[in-house]
Amino acid sequence: MADVRTRPTAPVPAAGHLRTYGQIAWLWIRAAWQYPLSFVLLAVGNGMITALDFVGLWIMFAHLDDLAGFSLHEVALLYGAGSLGLGIADTAIGSVERIGTYVRTGRLDQMMTKPVPLLVQVCADQFTLRRLGRITQASVVFGWACTYVEWTPLRVLVAVSMVLSGAAIFFGLFVGFSCIQFWTTDASEFANAFTYGGATVTQYPLSIFTREVVVALTVVVPVAFANWYPALYILGREDPFGMPEWLQLASPVAAVVTVGAALLVWRGGVRHYTSTGS
Amino acid sequence: MLYVAIATRAFRRYSTYRAATLAGIFTNSVFGVIYSFAYLALWDANPTAGGYDQVDAVTYVWLGQALLMTIALWGGGTTDDLAERIRTGDVAIDLYRPVGLVGWYLASDLGRAAYHFLTRGIGPTVIGFLLFDIRLPAGPAAALGFAVSLVLAVVVSFAIRFLVAGTAFWLLDQSGVKVMSGAFAIFFSGMMLPLVLFPGWLGTLANALPWASYVQVPADIWLGKHTGSDLLAALAFQVFWIVVLLGCCHALLRAATRKVVVQGG
Repeated sequence: MADVRTRPTAPVPAAGHLRTYGQIAWLWIRAAWQYPLSFVLLAVGNGMITALDFVGLWIMFAHLDDLAGFSLHEVALLYGAGSLGLGIADTAIGSVERIGTYVRTGRLDQMMTKPVPLLVQVCADQFTLRRLGRITQASVVFGWACTYVEWTPLRVLVAVSMVLSGAAIFFGLFVGFSCIQFWTTDASEFANAFTYGGATVTQYPLSIFTREVVVALTVVVPVAFANWYPALYILGREDPFGMPEWLQLASPVAAVVTVGAALLVWRGGVRHYTSTGS
Repeated sequence: MLYVAIATRAFRRYSTYRAATLAGIFTNSVFGVIYSFAYLALWDANPTAGGYDQVDAVTYVWLGQALLMTIALWGGGTTDDLAERIRTGDVAIDLYRPVGLVGWYLASDLGRAAYHFLTRGIGPTVIGFLLFDIRLPAGPAAALGFAVSLVLAVVVSFAIRFLVAGTAFWLLDQSGVKVMSGAFAIFFSGMMLPLVLFPGWLGTLANALPWASYVQVPADIWLGKHTGSDLLAALAFQVFWIVVLLGCCHALLRAATRKVVVQGG
């Protein structure tokens, strides 16, 4: 931190922010390590939650040949991609959800006085590696599902963009919906319906829902772009709802729009914020 | 009636967070809708999976959402306060109160559960009832059995959470054990998927573990899957785990007070 303070005008701001983020994150990793047994149990526990999640899906398929028209390895592709995107986003921005606590305790005021953008500080705060459990597990499921895909160069490209866009979309959802807490500090759970709810939706083929729900998941909470549309392209499947085909390649656009909207909401939230002490 | 006083205070304490409660009901309902669609698809493909039909399955989903906070499936509740008091050393004050520590926290957790049942329990159930085809309790016996089973479920869950919080006497920080315990609870309670779908030995194991009393046992009573002596056996199963686990809680306290030096003491 001292390092940052002596050079307040870094020549490349983005790279500088990333470096600061890294420093704060490293600080929290060392802090968590002060309770080593707890640290290990947290990592194992989180890995276990996600692993059991997939066991649940697997048990489901013990009773089925396909779920709403999708086989186990197709659902695994959807599940793996969604979970991977969520895992990456969640590792990077886990603490945004706690913004209400910062408002209530006045910590946000403290952060505002520091020469680092507020969002960078909040995202890096209480950084935890325990989410690596989810990323590892999601990678394994995704990798397994990928062995069933007939790959073409374009499909590889779509797969890469699917994971990156998914991470960006979840990043946008978490940041955007956490901003509710600038207006009401104790309703943070409201955001869970959209963030974790959106994540849960990506575990299933969207063909289990009705067309209205899928439209909402395309336009309102755009998690359909995190795995559903690109996965349809990768699997070479017809859209069961007859949605336009270009949507299957539109994930990067959806990601940019989601992140852009989230940053705008964030800015609005910070501007609206008045300290609890004032 | 000290314990009633403690429970009432806990009830009031939780009832201060109105916006949080509304947000929670909304979130439970959204998850209820998601899982309902998933289960409808599952039972559409296999109409008799686990001996449930579609209406049973959707009812099960909403019962799960209603029970989630009432039994504090993820951990939390008043045992979190205990863990924090162990970490800070404040537990020393609790220990020389002329009231047992287990009884004190159990009473206060029952107060919390009562509040969460009335709001986070009934709220989503009403919404589920409006949106989907849901079964009501099979009869007065099932309704009464469910009520008893619900209270027993809270006590089983409390005992496990108390044991988790108690690990802070040795580890200082309960969060690791809490996450582990939450993972087991989600999977083995039938919250993630009804235990009736678990195949072979996994099903036998899951139905014998204490977590089965969280969701599967009360839900099966509601759905009328246990009747007559079967219903009594289901309740006895919960009572058995309460006796065992509360015994463990007292043993843990004895070991802790003998071995551990309170921080700052």
